[in-house]
Amino acid sequence: MSSAHSTRRDFLYIATGTVAAVGGAAVLVPLIAQMNPDASTIAAGAAIEVDLTPIAEGQVIKVFWRGKPIFVSHRTKKEIDEARSVNVATLPDPQSDQARVKPGKDQWLVLIGICTHLGCIPIAHQGDYDGFFCPCHGSQYDTSGRIRRGPAPANLPLPPYDFVSDSKIKIG
Amino acid sequence: MIKRAILALVLTAPLGAFAAPASAQDAHSTPVPPKQSWSFAGPLGKYQPAQLQRGFKIYKEVCSSCHSLSQVSFRSLADAGGPGYSPAQAAAVAAEYKIKDISDAGEPIERAGRPADRFPAPFANEKAAAAANGGVAPPDLSVMAKARTYERGFPWFLVDIFTQFQEQGPDYISALLKGYEDAPKDFQLPSGGNYNKYFAGHSIAMPKPLSDGQVTYDDGSPATLDQYSKDITAFLMWTAEPHLMARKRLGLQVMFFLLVLSGLLYFTKKKIWTQVKLHPEQLQARPPTEYKH
Amino acid sequence: MSGHSTYQPQSAFMKWMERRLPIAGLVYSSFIAYPTPRNLNYWWTFGGILSFMLVAQIITGVVLVMHYTPHADMAFNSVEHIMRDVNYGWLLRYLHSNGASMFFVAVYIHMFRGLYYGSYKEPREVLWILGVILYLLMMATGFLGYTLPWGQMSFWGATVITNFFSAIPGVGETVVTWLWGGFSVGNPTLQRFFSLHYLLPFVIAGVVVLHVWALHAVGQNNPAGIEPKTDKDVVAFTPYATSKDAFMMVAFCMVYAWFVFYTPNYLGHADNYIPANPAVTPAHIVPEWYYLPFYAILRAIPDKLFGVLAMVASIVVLAFLPWLDTSKVRSARYRPLYRQFFWVFVAVCLGLGWLGAKPAEGGYVLASRILTFYYFAHFLIILPILGKIEKTKPLPNSIADSVLSEGVPIGAPAPAPRAGASA
Repeated sequence: MSSAHSTRRDFLYIATGTVAAVGGAAVLVPLIAQMNPDASTIAAGAAIEVDLTPIAEGQVIKVFWRGKPIFVSHRTKKEIDEARSVNVATLPDPQSDQARVKPGKDQWLVLIGICTHLGCIPIAHQGDYDGFFCPCHGSQYDTSGRIRRGPAPANLPLPPYDFVSDSKIKIG
Repeated sequence: MIKRAILALVLTAPLGAFAAPASAQDAHSTPVPPKQSWSFAGPLGKYQPAQLQRGFKIYKEVCSSCHSLSQVSFRSLADAGGPGYSPAQAAAVAAEYKIKDISDAGEPIERAGRPADRFPAPFANEKAAAAANGGVAPPDLSVMAKARTYERGFPWFLVDIFTQFQEQGPDYISALLKGYEDAPKDFQLPSGGNYNKYFAGHSIAMPKPLSDGQVTYDDGSPATLDQYSKDITAFLMWTAEPHLMARKRLGLQVMFFLLVLSGLLYFTKKKIWTQVKLHPEQLQARPPTEYKH
Repeated sequence: MSGHSTYQPQSAFMKWMERRLPIAGLVYSSFIAYPTPRNLNYWWTFGGILSFMLVAQIITGVVLVMHYTPHADMAFNSVEHIMRDVNYGWLLRYLHSNGASMFFVAVYIHMFRGLYYGSYKEPREVLWILGVILYLLMMATGFLGYTLPWGQMSFWGATVITNFFSAIPGVGETVVTWLWGGFSVGNPTLQRFFSLHYLLPFVIAGVVVLHVWALHAVGQNNPAGIEPKTDKDVVAFTPYATSKDAFMMVAFCMVYAWFVFYTPNYLGHADNYIPANPAVTPAHIVPEWYYLPFYAILRAIPDKLFGVLAMVASIVVLAFLPWLDTSKVRSARYRPLYRQFFWVFVAVCLGLGWLGAKPAEGGYVLASRILTFYYFAHFLIILPILGKIEKTKPLPNSIADSVLSEGVPIGAPAPAPRAGASA
């Protein structure tokens, strides 16, 4: 058998194998894509508006956005002062309180209410720091939602939101 | 064996001829809807956004007063392969509708529609719809274009596989909309019924829904019943099969790929078997005990 | 699966593994070195195609269940949700619904191939009966699956099929109520049908293992219908049979893709896009195309109990085929008379299928009765007598001889389907 013949044969086998492999990979695309959020789920995750007027000072309300609990806290003067009096450098996840609220809206703290440890929902106005306490594994957050003690590695995250007016925010 | 299989098919064919009179009689009483040319037919079929938008206008101004479209969401008006509205336009359409919801205080309210909502039904429930329409609830139109058909008969039902004729539903709907006539003298029309040439039994509860000039088009298309019936049907085909264009496009790619792969596999197989022909001694030697008997 | 393996592990790990779990040896002896008759034609590729279809149906099915809701109030809407919202949901659903039809296309070709070449004869009776069981399981699975979209045909198909059991004398009504979990077809029925529809494919997969095991114990039949005697009669499964199977599988996928992408609703019913309505029966209740011949037999008999019995018997009779066919020669190639009757039988089955889709009235009923009679006569009268009186042609000495005597080059075995020619 000439070498040209065997080269041609090898080429045929390699080409067939390659095309078949491409086809096999293409079949995986819909099988994987179908597990991603579907169109109705994405549409249901659209931005929501929250009216702030009914929230009394010192009150924390819980709303849902994309299936996640969002805490909207109307902080008292005392809570704001507590959050600002701490030395930021000493915190496990250093961040100033000013960076966690919108400018001029110091009393409104908006957080994703999911413990950064393993996803439980912390309870408001509990714990040693007057902020949030996670009952699952004892993580404690302060009045700015920053982690102070316990196994959680990071501060409570902030959702994307904006003030539509003085008394209304749009989350998402 | 292929030849024989064809022969077997041919042998069966007389059965079709034998039983044909029965179906011909059916055809007499309800005529077969005339075949229309649809832009979405065939392997390269596409929806025409302008036509879908005209059809949507008809649904909004005429059909929606009785028929729901409950599978369709406002956001899908902006989906690729659809009527071609922008997301902002789809949101504006949604905002025109009132959606039943529950307020934070637990009170039933009506709020403006959002893109994620589906088209609200014109009646509170099916019983209310039936009560308001002489005892028969107007059916939901979401998948209507796939839910109606007519008998194709032998041999057309076989030919349809190859010609990809799939548009019985659209043909029927557009024919039905144009099929309102005065009842023949010898026809006893039940009370509450309307005579329609293409409706099975001819007595349809729906009064003639569309007439010339009833809907004003924004794009200068003729305001005729003929045009209306085509446009609303195309729109209903889209609501029934919103991913039709994606399906046909992917189909072309898949068919091309399979053609290439099967060609390669055919020559691979041929090559492998040539070795058997040229070098039978290369076949694996096995002890005789491996063979039964 | 054929006895002790000649597999020689190469690497140290494979040697270690082979002593503990000889799976590589099993694969080697069953799917690589396994000797297959060298004269197998393309009709023999449908076993592999059927395995492929089973896997395709299980994968698409498992994925669809991630989005489907088995509840009478939500099933229809959840199917529409799959068609509209789920990423590639339309593709997965059409693959699954048309896949069922393709599965039956392949199984019917596989079965008629067995009938033509006498693959059910000694020593392959158990192999054949396992096949009949697989066919029954497929029919049950297909029926259960068709109820899940909860359209009009789903609902009324479920009603009609479950009412077969009401024909049982004495306890019929009790059995039907038990099947329904209620006094009519309803949500409990849908939920149990869903459960069983998910279960049965895995039962099928189990019986397929037995089917392949039995196949590898007795070896494949072949167009000549004689057993391999020497090395000249066989080729190794890999690469010879595998390359042939792979080509035909992809060619078959083109037919499958044609339906999925271009005529996805051709094999379904328009009525199933109308949500189930217990108050209105569709004008023509017709089962899926693959049940139509049996449906015609059911309606040909003007008695409820005997109609159902005839329908059941028309499938059960297949299991007795190895003993009803008295001929010692397997392949129709060497049975000139049987060959004629075989094609008449194919025509009768197609005719019954066509009649099953027609309304049960007038000439259709008469035709159904004639063909039903012939269907049973084929098995119960023609085959037993034919074996005794038929003068068969002389069998070749060996498979190799039969290949050479035909003058067909070994590289291009007998009838190549058109798909090959156009590729």
